[in-house]
This record gives sequence, C-alpha cells and structure tokens, in this order.
Amino acid sequence: MAVMAEPVAAQIKRSSLWSRAFESRNFLGAMFMVPAIAILILFLAYPLVLGLWLGMTDTKIGGVGRFIGFKNFVSLSRDSVFWLSVFNTIFYTVAASIVKFAIGLYLALLLNERLPFKSMIRAIVLLPFVVPTVLSAIAFWWIYDSQFSIISWVLIKAGLISHYIDFLGDPWNARWSVVVANIWRGVPFVAITLLAGLQTISPSLYEAANLDGATNLQRFRHITLPMLSPIIAVVMTFSVLMTFTDFQLIYTITRGGPINATHLMATLSFQRAITGGNLGEGAAISNAMIPFLVAAILLSFFGLQRSRWQQGGRD
Amino acid sequence: MSSVQIRDVRKSFGNFEVLHGVSIPIEDGQFVVLVGPSGCGKSTLLRMLAGLENITSGTISIGDRVVNNIQPKERDIAMVFQNYALYPHMTVGENMGFSLKLRNAGSDEINKRVKRAAEILALTPLLERYPRQLSGGQRQRVAMGRAIVRDPQVFLFDEPLSNLDAKLRVAMRTEIKELHQRLKTTTVYVTHDQIEAMTMADKIVVMHDGIVEQMGTPLELYDKPENQFVAGFIGSPAMNFLKGHVRVNGVATFEGPNGVKLPLKSAPANSDGKPVVYGVRPEHFTIADDGADAEIVVVEPTGSETQVFAKVGGEQVVAVFRERHTFKPGDKVRLKPDPSLVHLFDEATGKRM
Repeated sequence: MAVMAEPVAAQIKRSSLWSRAFESRNFLGAMFMVPAIAILILFLAYPLVLGLWLGMTDTKIGGVGRFIGFKNFVSLSRDSVFWLSVFNTIFYTVAASIVKFAIGLYLALLLNERLPFKSMIRAIVLLPFVVPTVLSAIAFWWIYDSQFSIISWVLIKAGLISHYIDFLGDPWNARWSVVVANIWRGVPFVAITLLAGLQTISPSLYEAANLDGATNLQRFRHITLPMLSPIIAVVMTFSVLMTFTDFQLIYTITRGGPINATHLMATLSFQRAITGGNLGEGAAISNAMIPFLVAAILLSFFGLQRSRWQQGGRD
Repeated sequence: MSSVQIRDVRKSFGNFEVLHGVSIPIEDGQFVVLVGPSGCGKSTLLRMLAGLENITSGTISIGDRVVNNIQPKERDIAMVFQNYALYPHMTVGENMGFSLKLRNAGSDEINKRVKRAAEILALTPLLERYPRQLSGGQRQRVAMGRAIVRDPQVFLFDEPLSNLDAKLRVAMRTEIKELHQRLKTTTVYVTHDQIEAMTMADKIVVMHDGIVEQMGTPLELYDKPENQFVAGFIGSPAMNFLKGHVRVNGVATFEGPNGVKLPLKSAPANSDGKPVVYGVRPEHFTIADDGADAEIVVVEPTGSETQVFAKVGGEQVVAVFRERHTFKPGDKVRLKPDPSLVHLFDEATGKRM
C-alpha cells in the first residue's frame, strides 16, 4: 500500500498544479492572448519597425545599407518632387473625401426611402466596390485617353467642344481625373455603411418629429445628422486613410504623371524604392506619411469619443 | 381642447382590410380608451388619427375640421409612443422644448413652458439629463411632458405603459388619470389591457377584428356586455361561459353540460329549448345549499380574495370569494350564481339575449 501510495500522491500533486494553473484567470488569459500577440508582432510590429529602420539607412536593392540617421529626411525636405507629392496627396484626399461623403450620404438617404427596385439599385451601387481596382482603373484610363476618350467623343458629337480634352496630359486635368476615379470607387463603401447607420434610427423618432412639427429638412438636421454622426466619423476615418494611402488607381492610370502632377506619396515611394532601387529613400517617403495618418486617426479618435448622450447608466 | 369624430373609417393595406368601418364620437375633454386584443386595429386607428397612416375611406375630424388630408404637424395633436420615441441626443429639457423650437418660439417662452410641464410631472431635477440616463418611468414622464408642453387639442397615447413593470404601471396609470383630470384635454388612449381601460376611461371602445364591438362607460360594459366577446374581454378573471339550453317549465332554468341546472331570473321570450351560452362572472358565485355540484380543482388565495377553480358539470369554472374559504383540491361544494347578475348569449350569434 505504501509503495502504491507515493506515485498516486505525486500524480495528484502534479495534476493539481496544472489544473490550478488552468483555473487561474490570469494564466489562461495570457495563454489565449499569445496567438494574437504573435500575429501582431510578426505581421504588424516587425514590418513597421523594419520600415522605420529602413528609412534611416541608405539601402539599395541588392546591397546592404548603412545607418545614416535622418539624412534621407533631410534630403527629402529639399526635394521639390517630394513636396509636390505631399501636396498632391492632401489635395487628392481632401477633394475625394468631401465628394465621396456628399454622394455617399445622398445615396444612403435615397436607399433608405421606400423605392421601387430598391435591392437592385443597392446592388448597382455596390458594383464599383466589387470590380477589381486595376480593372476599373484601366477602364478609366480608356475613358481619359487622349484619342479614344468617350467623354470627349460625346461632347464633340454634342457640339459642346471642338477638340479632344487632354485629360491626363495637363496637370490639373490629371489631378481631377484621378480624383473622379477614386470617388467612383469609394462612394459604395460610404453609401452602404451610412445606409446601415440610417437603418438603426428608429422610425418612431421621425414620426415623433413629424408630430412635433418638423419639416423634412428639420428632421434631417435635428434627427438624422446627430444620430448618424458616430457612423459618419468611422466611415470618414476609413475613407480618408484609404484615400491617403491609395496606390493602385494612380499607378495604373497615370504612374504619377504628367511631370509628377499626380504622384502621391505612396506612388513616389514605390517609384524611388522599387523602380529606382533606393529602398532607404522609398521607406523614408512612406514613413513621412505616418504623421499625417496619425493625425487623421487622432482626429477621428476624438470625434469618435462617445458623445455624452450615448453614454449609458446614471450619473 | 376639441371633440373628435371618427365616421365610418376604413383602412386597407393592399387588398387586406384591417378596419371595417369604425365610427366613434369623442366629446371634448373625454378620456377614451381603445381596447382590444392585438391585431384588432386599435393602434392603426390611433395612427390614422395622428396622421401617420392615411385613411382609406371615411372621415376623421378634430374640432370641426376634417383632417383626412391634413399633415400630422398641422393637426395640433401630441402623441406618446409605446417606446417613448425620445430624441436620444437631446436632454430632457430639449426633448420637451423641441416642438416649440421648431415653431420658432422665443427661448424665454420655451423655458417657461418646459419648466411648467416639468413641475407638473416632477421632472425639474432631470431637465439636464439625457434619455439614456433615465429609468423607464422617468422616460415615460418625459414623453408625456413633451406632449403637455405643446398644449394640443388632443393627446394620443399608444400603449404607453406596456414597457413598464407591473408596479410602475399601476402608479403611472393613476398619474395619467390625474393629469387628465387636471388638464381636461381630450385624450385617446390605446391599450390591450382591459384593467387599464376600466380604471382610466370615461368611455371604453372595445375593438375586435377591425370593428367596434361595443362602446360605453366602464361599468356599462361590465354590467351589460352586448355580446360574448365583450363579456369575456372585460373583467378579470374572465367571465365563465357554459353552453346549454334554456328550459321553461314553470320556472326558467338553464340546463348545462351533463345535466347541470343553473338558475335564471327569467327566460327571454320564446327561448324554451334554445341553445344559449350562460355567462357568470367569477365574483357572482356564492356557496349555497341549493347550488350546483362542484369539485374543487385549484385554490389560489391572493390575500384580499380567493380564486377557486372548480369543475361544474365537467366544465372548469372560476369563482372569486371575498371570504376566506379553506377548500382543498377534491372537496365537493355547491356553487350558486346570482340569477340577477347572470348573462345569457345566443349561442349562434354571440349576442346578448
């Protein structure tokens, strides 16, 4: 009996250590977080840190770089093409975001009404979002082509203009052209998300406002807009971030031309790093986007902070 | 304040008619309760009165103005919604003053009227809070405050108490009734709860399947229900119904299931042998030696009264006694309905005889 008892007792002791560990909330919590942390470190933190470090080296393709501190940034600050790309990016983001918001909100309000063929219209609104970016970019490239542009053709046939418009050859024409292409792609996201937000507003609020004597415009201003503001903040943050970092549309339609007039920071970074081979400088351009993105995120963070009316409980 | 006339109003959704010609006269200052089971069309009628649903045919007038084609905001009515419909992004004060603000009333005027309404409803300490920070009963009061501030011709209530717990519901019931006695504004109140209807109404309108079954004062409906539906709907616990025949054999009696004989005060003319439904309210039973044989099934004491479920002629009936009987399940007793308080309905038509 005594011989048998010892290993059994030891087993109980061992298993109780394990079971105690697995019953501890802290231990279990840490265990469950390990996979998430591993993924975050491997795929987010590591590339980010590597990118930051790369921006402080003079790495070229095929070579090993040296640490050169902020020299890349210093040279960029004297680089007029870089500053042009900063201007282009801000212009592109601001112009496209404002129009995307306006059209998206309009479509969302329209789709929230009782309409015939509503589900079909909703599907059509989603289409630009479904088409692969490069494909739609090629379509726009054709639409803007200097010889085959359907817009120019229609306007000439209609007798409104006498010669073809040079959409992508003139700096400002090119800027507006890519902005339009971006709007076309971005509107569905804004519209569908705002529509989801609109559908959470209780119809009885509109009925109450109606009885209170509100006109359609007053209902929009006093009910819809304030109730929708949290969703608007989320949508517009995402929209701004996606527009600011846009690459595909520009790269397919203009490659940054004419004379860098449509170069965004992302496309310039790619051109310098991959096409030009200066990985360090390209990384530095990408890193220069970070302050802008952080500013946008902070802005929405404060905008997103739940307003007082959304907070539950009693004071 | 105004009278309201509902004349032969019909409502169809597509080909489906939900209201089949409803006429209800409402006097100035009256508290009218529309009551009925869900799906009877009472809420639809209220929404038509408010202008939130259009009227398929018939007319509704408020005061001496037909409002069929008048916008809700022009009708000078205020409505309290079942879910209160408070604007979540506005404080209590802003909620209450919103309609005045839309009317471009000056801020002094708004403050004065909001303050007065808040005093009436004891909301003054809550004016700066948001709806989310309020309890259910407080939200309910804010919804009423929003209606009072307008000083409208008619108040409309759409099941306003159904989201409250039982105790609060009783308290708010009294509060609404007291408010009406004070303001004397014509009120139309929709509920599915017959107790709410009985306790609050000047006039009850019982609706069922899109028609008005009966209207009258609470006690008229209780004492003289015009048909079996109203008899079963008004009163709690509900009236007992037994099927059988009238026998006139010197004295009129009711012959029920399995030969049970129950007393009648008098038989309606030419009713001998006629199939009828014998209706007796639970509170109109007494224990008497000349009563019908009954076997106790369940006894439910509530303190103030005792509800007794028993089998009479194989049918289950419920009786309510103020006295504290100490029955046990299986006991044999004799139950006797008060013949002067018995209701007889034609079995075929359900109409009162």
